[in-house]
Amino acid sequence: MTTISEVSTSSAAPSLSPEVARRLKRRYAAERRFQVYGLSAIMIGLAFLVIMFTSIIQAGLPAFQETRIRLDVELEADKFPTDPAELTADGLRLVGWTGMIQKSIRDTLKPEARSDAVLMHKLLSPNAEVAVRDAVVDDPSLIGSTLSIWVLAAGDVDAIMKGTIDRNLPEEQRTVNDKQLTYIDRLDADGRLRKQFAFTLFTAGASSYPESSGIGVAMIGSLFMMLIVLMLALPIGVAAAVYLEEFAPRNRWTDIIEVNINNLAAVPSIVFGLLGLAVFINFVELPRSAPLVGGLVLTLMTLPTVIIATRAALKAVPPSIREAALGIGASKMQSIFHHVLPLAAPGILTSIIIGLAQALGETAPLLMIGMVATVFTYPATPMDPATALPVQIYMWSGLPERGFVARTSAGIMVLLGFLIFMNALAVFLRKKFERRW
Amino acid sequence: MKALKLTVAAAALGAVAFSGAAQARDYVSIMGSSTVKPFADLVAEEFSKVYSGKFAAPVVESGGSSAGLKEFCKGEGEGTIDVANASRPIKAKEIQACADAGVTKITEIRIGYDGIVFANPVDKPAFAFEPKDIYLALADQIPVDGALVANPNTHWDQVNPAFPHQEIMMFIPGEKHGTREVFEEKVLEAGCEAAGGLEAQLKANGDDKKAAGKACMKVRKDGRSVDIDGDYSETLARIGSNPDGIGVFGLSFAENNPDKVKTATVNGITPSLETIAKGEYPVSRPLFFYVKGAHVDVIPGLREYVEFFLSDDMIGSYGKAIDKGLIPMPEEELQQVRSNFANGVSVGS
Repeated sequence: MTTISEVSTSSAAPSLSPEVARRLKRRYAAERRFQVYGLSAIMIGLAFLVIMFTSIIQAGLPAFQETRIRLDVELEADKFPTDPAELTADGLRLVGWTGMIQKSIRDTLKPEARSDAVLMHKLLSPNAEVAVRDAVVDDPSLIGSTLSIWVLAAGDVDAIMKGTIDRNLPEEQRTVNDKQLTYIDRLDADGRLRKQFAFTLFTAGASSYPESSGIGVAMIGSLFMMLIVLMLALPIGVAAAVYLEEFAPRNRWTDIIEVNINNLAAVPSIVFGLLGLAVFINFVELPRSAPLVGGLVLTLMTLPTVIIATRAALKAVPPSIREAALGIGASKMQSIFHHVLPLAAPGILTSIIIGLAQALGETAPLLMIGMVATVFTYPATPMDPATALPVQIYMWSGLPERGFVARTSAGIMVLLGFLIFMNALAVFLRKKFERRW
Repeated sequence: MKALKLTVAAAALGAVAFSGAAQARDYVSIMGSSTVKPFADLVAEEFSKVYSGKFAAPVVESGGSSAGLKEFCKGEGEGTIDVANASRPIKAKEIQACADAGVTKITEIRIGYDGIVFANPVDKPAFAFEPKDIYLALADQIPVDGALVANPNTHWDQVNPAFPHQEIMMFIPGEKHGTREVFEEKVLEAGCEAAGGLEAQLKANGDDKKAAGKACMKVRKDGRSVDIDGDYSETLARIGSNPDGIGVFGLSFAENNPDKVKTATVNGITPSLETIAKGEYPVSRPLFFYVKGAHVDVIPGLREYVEFFLSDDMIGSYGKAIDKGLIPMPEEELQQVRSNFANGVSVGS
C-alpha cells in the first residue's frame, strides 16, 4: 500500500502543482484512515468473540470432568428376591439401594454421631445408587459379594474438587461445611476420590442434580428434528426453487409468491412456533413435546432460506449451459436435471446445511410447542417427548445449583461445536465442488 | 436421484403414518409454574427411578402458572395435560373456563410453601428490613407529613436512619411473575399501611379502597427499582455487577449461593425453612398443583405420581423436595391434602 503511494507521488511529483499535490495527499490519507476504521471494526468484533469464547470455555470446562467416589457396597443376599425371574429393573426397584450405598460410605468414614452420618450421606449424589443397581441388573451373580464401584459424588463435592466453590471461604459462605471438607480430604487421601471424563454429560437426560444431568436426550431430540427438517425441507425447498426459477411464468402471481417467500425469511421465529401450536398440536392433534412437531415447525422456518439460496444457486448457472443442452435436442426437463441441477448442487447443499445449522440453534419456536420440558428418558421415535439442545441450555441457565452454571456453558460449547462443524462442512463442500465459468 | 426419490417418498409416508397412529399416551404430562417446576422435576425423577420398568417417566413442561392452567382447561383426553403446576390458587375465571371445556373435576393439591427473601452482595453488611422500609424506598408516592409526594428517597439512611448511607437500588420480580403478587401484597401493601401511606392514599382517592391499594403497590419508575422479567440467575448477575443492589430471590436460590449473597431479615426474622414453616417470616406463599380428576386411573401412573408427590419421602418434613428448598407444610395440612386427593375433592364444589 505505502509503496504504491510512494511510487506514484514521487514519480508524478515534479509535474504537480502544490494544490494538486496537497489534494492527492489528502486522498491517500483518507484511504489510509478508512482502512484503519475497517481493521479496527474487525478487531472489535474479534475481541468480543474472544471474550465470549474464553468466558464460556472457562465456565464450561469443569463440566467435562466429574468426581466419583469408590465405595465397597455389600450386596447382602438376603436383601434381594430369591427368584431369579424377579431380578429385573422392575423386580429390583424396591431393594433399598439408597440405604445400601449410605451404609457403605458410613463403613468407610465411620461417623461418631448420627448428625455426622447425615453429612456423609450428602457427599453422595442422590443418583449414585443407579450405578449400583445397573451393575446388579447386568450381572445378578454379584449378589452376595462386595462390589467395589465408582459412584457419582454430590454436586457440591464436585464443585469443591474443581475449585468452583472456594474451600477457603468462611464456613457460612459455603454449601459444604468444615466437617464435610475433612471427610472429602480423608476420602481423597484413601484414593477413594477421582476426577474422570464426564460421560454422564453426554449420556444422561434431565436431572434435578447437576452431577447426573446431561444433554443425551436433548441431542437425540435435536437429531430427530434435524432429520425431519432435512427430509422435508430439501425436497420441498428444491422443488419450489426449481419450479419458480426455471418453469414459472413471470407474472403478478409469481411476483406475489416471491415477495412472500422473502418476507417469510424475515419473520421472527416465534411466529412459526405459534403457527405450529395452532396447526400441528391444536388442529392435527399431534402430541406436545414431540420432535416430530418441532421438526415440522423448524421445516417451515428454514424453507424460505432454502428456497432463496437454491434459487440463487440456480441463477448462478450460466444460461449458455441451458441453451447448449436445448440446442443439441434435450428437453427442458433434461437440461435441468442433467445439467443445471448438478452444477447448482454445491450451492444447494450449502444452503441446506446453513438452514439446518440455523434450525439447530433455534429455541423460540420450540417454546410454544412444549419442548421446554424436563424429559428423563430417551425418545424411541419422533413421537415421544424429547427436548432440544438449545432448550436444554436455556433450562439449565435458570437453575440455582453451582454445577448447572458449568453444565450450561458446557452445553453451549457442544452446540457451538456442532454449528462450527456444520458451517465448516458447508464451506468445504462449496470449495470442493464449486465451478467457475 | 433414485435415492432422493426414495427418501422423499419415505418422508411423506412417515409423516402420514405418524400423524395417523395416535398411540395411547403412557406418561404423565405436567405443565406450569417455573417456581413449582424444580420440585415437580425432582419428584418426577425420583418417581421414574422408583417405578422404572413399571411406569414411563413423567414429562414436566414449564411456561408459567397461567399458561399451565390455560392448557389444563382446554378439555379432557390424551391430547391435554394431566397436571397444572401453579404458584397461586386457581382463579374463579379459570375454573369457569375449565367447566366450559368440560373439565369439571379438578383436585387442588397444596405441596408446601415458597419463601421470598431480600439479599445483597455477600461483602456488604446485611439489612434488617421491615415492610415499611421497602415501601418507603420503592413506592412511587410516599406520605411526608401526611401529604403524598413523589418518592424523594435516594439513599437507605433516608428511609431509616439505622441503615447505611447506600444508594437505593432494588431488583424486583417483573409483573408477569407470580412472585411479584406476593411481593406487592406482603411487602408493599403491608408497608404502605404501616407507613401511613394507605391513609393518605385513601384521602387522595376519595376513600376508594381498591384505587388506594393499587396506588400503594405502584413502584417508582426512576430507575431505582428494576423489574427483572427473567429468573433469579439474572437478578444474581445484576446485583453482582451492582454492589449497592438488593435483589429479591427465592429462599432456595439464596441458600444455594451463600458465597455470593447475604439475606436480610424481615421484621427481625431470618428467613429459613423453620421460620417460614412456622409462619414467622412474613413473605411466603403456598404452592400448588391441580390434577384432572377424569384422568386419574386412565393415564397410567397419574394416581401413583400424585401419591408419590404427597409421600413423606418427598414433601414430608425431611423429604427430598424439602432439601431442594420447598418449605414443608404442617402435618395436619398434609393429611388433609392427602385425604382430599383420595376422596377426589374438586375445587369450587
